[in-house]
Amino acid sequence: MLVTKYVITSSESNILPSDIAMKIYGSKYEVTVKETCFGVVINGEEDVINALIKEIRALDPAGIFIKDRGFPPGDPRRCRGRRGGGARPGFYMIESESKMLPMISRALASVGEVPAIPEKKKPLAIKRLEEIIKNGLS
Amino acid sequence: MAKVIVYPPTSMILSDLVERMGHKALVVPQAVRNLVTANEIDSPPLNVTPEEPKKGLRYAAVDVPSGVRGRMALIGPIIEEAEAAIIVEDPGWLTGCAGCSRTNELVRLLIRTKGVPVLDLSYPTNDPEAIVFVQKIKAFLGGLK
Repeated sequence: MLVTKYVITSSESNILPSDIAMKIYGSKYEVTVKETCFGVVINGEEDVINALIKEIRALDPAGIFIKDRGFPPGDPRRCRGRRGGGARPGFYMIESESKMLPMISRALASVGEVPAIPEKKKPLAIKRLEEIIKNGLS
Repeated sequence: MAKVIVYPPTSMILSDLVERMGHKALVVPQAVRNLVTANEIDSPPLNVTPEEPKKGLRYAAVDVPSGVRGRMALIGPIIEEAEAAIIVEDPGWLTGCAGCSRTNELVRLLIRTKGVPVLDLSYPTNDPEAIVFVQKIKAFLGGLK
């Protein structure tokens, strides 16, 4: 079965989308590659793509992220060249999560103790509020 | 290897972390792929036939908007398949097939009532939170068979 995956690089990664594309062009795998501003889109047989993904991840284990895609690369139903422009619907999700990737990359690369985070303030519990009201009015 | 559904169901970060830890992430693009790359397209361009909202009827009543039932036709079977779940509450920027608030409420409800192990998280806003975020996911996925 043919599958399509996004390979997305963190903005702090030393690996560029073009590096990944060149790595794939130079590999033995028969896959379709499309280079984008945030990474590459690859399409091929499932087992081939899975093997290729392992090699791509090895370039920067903490800085490269993989995501499934439903449509093949350049599909006229999604390609903005055929739809009259504008980002396709899924781009906004990638754009939003991409802003978080440097943090996640650093977290994946970090070793050592997990920092203690102070608990966020929670709203007053209803029972406690009832107690305060009863004490205040009595 | 466990099948782990992630919420938001189109999340790159969550699906990547699940696959990194050796589990299978259940995400919407896989369901979309099955539909749009089928050998026979019964209803071009996206192959969404009248059968899809009917499939959604398993999860939502007939008076629920067809958009919810249509989305549930894709997400519902994924929830049924799930053996564990990671839910990130209130991302604040859900779009596309994950952009319907009523569907998202139903998806979270169905996941929670399914009785599978669920990890609840919030997206990190700084580095210490990101470390905790990743470690919690690692620990949760490490505990799955």
